[in-house]
Amino acid sequence: MAQIEVENLVKTFRVAERDPGMWGAIKGLAERRYRTIRALDGISFSLEQGELVGYIGPNGAGKSTTVKVLAGILVPDSGRVEILGRVPWRERIEHVRRIGVVFGQRTQLWWDLPVIESFDLLKDIYKVAEERYEAARDELIELLGLRSFLDTPVRQLSLGQRMRCDLAASLLHSPELLFLDEPTIGLDAVSKLAVRDFIKRMNRERGVTVILTTHDMDDIEALCERIMVIGNGVILSDGTLGELRSRISSERRLTVHLADDGVDVSDPDAEVVARQGNQVKLRFDPERVPAAVLISRIASKYPVRDLFVENPPIEEIIAELYKTIE
Amino acid sequence: MLLQYRAAAVAGFGTQLFWGLIMVMIYEAFYRSTTVRQPMELGQVVTYVWLGQSFLAMLPWNVDSEIRGMVRQGAVAYELLRPVDLFNLWYSRAVATRTAPTLLRSAPMFITAMLFFGMQPPDSIASGFAWAAAMIGALMLGCAISTILNISLLWTISSEGVSRIVPALVLIFSGGIIPLPLFPDWAQQTLRVLPFAGLADFPYRLYVGNIPPDRVLFVLAHQVAWTIAFVALGRAILSRGVRIMVVQGG
Repeated sequence: MAQIEVENLVKTFRVAERDPGMWGAIKGLAERRYRTIRALDGISFSLEQGELVGYIGPNGAGKSTTVKVLAGILVPDSGRVEILGRVPWRERIEHVRRIGVVFGQRTQLWWDLPVIESFDLLKDIYKVAEERYEAARDELIELLGLRSFLDTPVRQLSLGQRMRCDLAASLLHSPELLFLDEPTIGLDAVSKLAVRDFIKRMNRERGVTVILTTHDMDDIEALCERIMVIGNGVILSDGTLGELRSRISSERRLTVHLADDGVDVSDPDAEVVARQGNQVKLRFDPERVPAAVLISRIASKYPVRDLFVENPPIEEIIAELYKTIE
Repeated sequence: MLLQYRAAAVAGFGTQLFWGLIMVMIYEAFYRSTTVRQPMELGQVVTYVWLGQSFLAMLPWNVDSEIRGMVRQGAVAYELLRPVDLFNLWYSRAVATRTAPTLLRSAPMFITAMLFFGMQPPDSIASGFAWAAAMIGALMLGCAISTILNISLLWTISSEGVSRIVPALVLIFSGGIIPLPLFPDWAQQTLRVLPFAGLADFPYRLYVGNIPPDRVLFVLAHQVAWTIAFVALGRAILSRGVRIMVVQGG
């Protein structure tokens, strides 16, 4: 049986509204108007153990809402969720014992306490046995390189350090399931790589199932085999990165370095998208013209020094997909 | 954390000392001018006042600023990610936030008031024990009320209203301004039944001997009954609060 099963999940929020200005404020006293927002509008998916899934979507698409429902913090209006055989919000305490959650924009550590004391507190809260705790703690400290700031109060840590501590904190009780809500937000390149590397390791070596929400497409490319795209509360796409690409557009890019500039490259089956000095970028559809044919045609017509074919950047693919929901 | 702010502790101590002195002076003036026999002797009232100042921080008069911060920023969600009962978690928090500052302040206040300002030791050894037992009851009751105040944040978010009304209610009806026996006779019956008497008045009167130590069981029964009632109420409203809780952001 799948580890996570979600069926037809719906969650609405009611937002109070009023007209702008003084009159609007006065009217708001007498009469409240509410607008209902369908944050989740019938979401279904299932996850097997050991999967590492990227969950992406524009701001306000319903990503965090989904994570909160799955974590048992939010009760949905309707729909069915079963995780490790439990309904998260009905058996919250048993459920959260088996999962780890990191919200990138918040910390679950105690602001004024040294990191290590936060860890000790979590040990007591999760009732982790002393030996298991020590083993898990020491391993996490080692893997995430936390040793040098273990005695520093959390409020004095840099964002990158804090995020690494939060990751460690979410795994002290060895959960089978990890929810990461924008874990790389605001991190510098080095910290990002460290966090990514760590997530991948936990997934590969420990078989922890990971659901990752992010806006950073490099995270997705580096980590996720499966990607779910959500927009306006519905799942727009669910599959591998390759499938996502081919669904949105089969388009490829050909970059040509010419021996001398001033040459105007053109081809009936390709379209020039950018020209910069002696470098020309072309767009083509491999269904219409195979890359090999296009390359040999251009190479025979123009003084080519170098050329290469690539996929359009994933940002563009996603942006394309987001456009379809607006 | 509470031990980290020395300046605040010193300033708080100074304020309470000053406040206590004013109260003592008022009662001295009052007792000197009255000809009617009062239900409490002056010495008892003075000790009662100093006890009130020593244990002021134990009264449930404010919300937990950390919980308020969590509710405002939405981090309260993390509280639900802990595999513990939320009510128990918050009740324990209340016990911690009520005991730490009280321990810090009561000892210096006790010593200062006894040495210089006419505070008396317990009326008898039995009174001392009865008082100690009733103080534990007062802590349990106070923390149950504190927890309800904290839960109310899930609705009010700002706690502005709560932090204006509750301190007044608690201070007046627990004997924090005027010892309850000095209230008019017609109010006595009500005051005795209300939960607030168990927070301060009963334990302090046990200390000064105004309530005989063999009545301690009645005091404890009053405190326990109200604690159970408040815990049940708190649990009920918390479970409703959790159901409607919407965590901001995302």
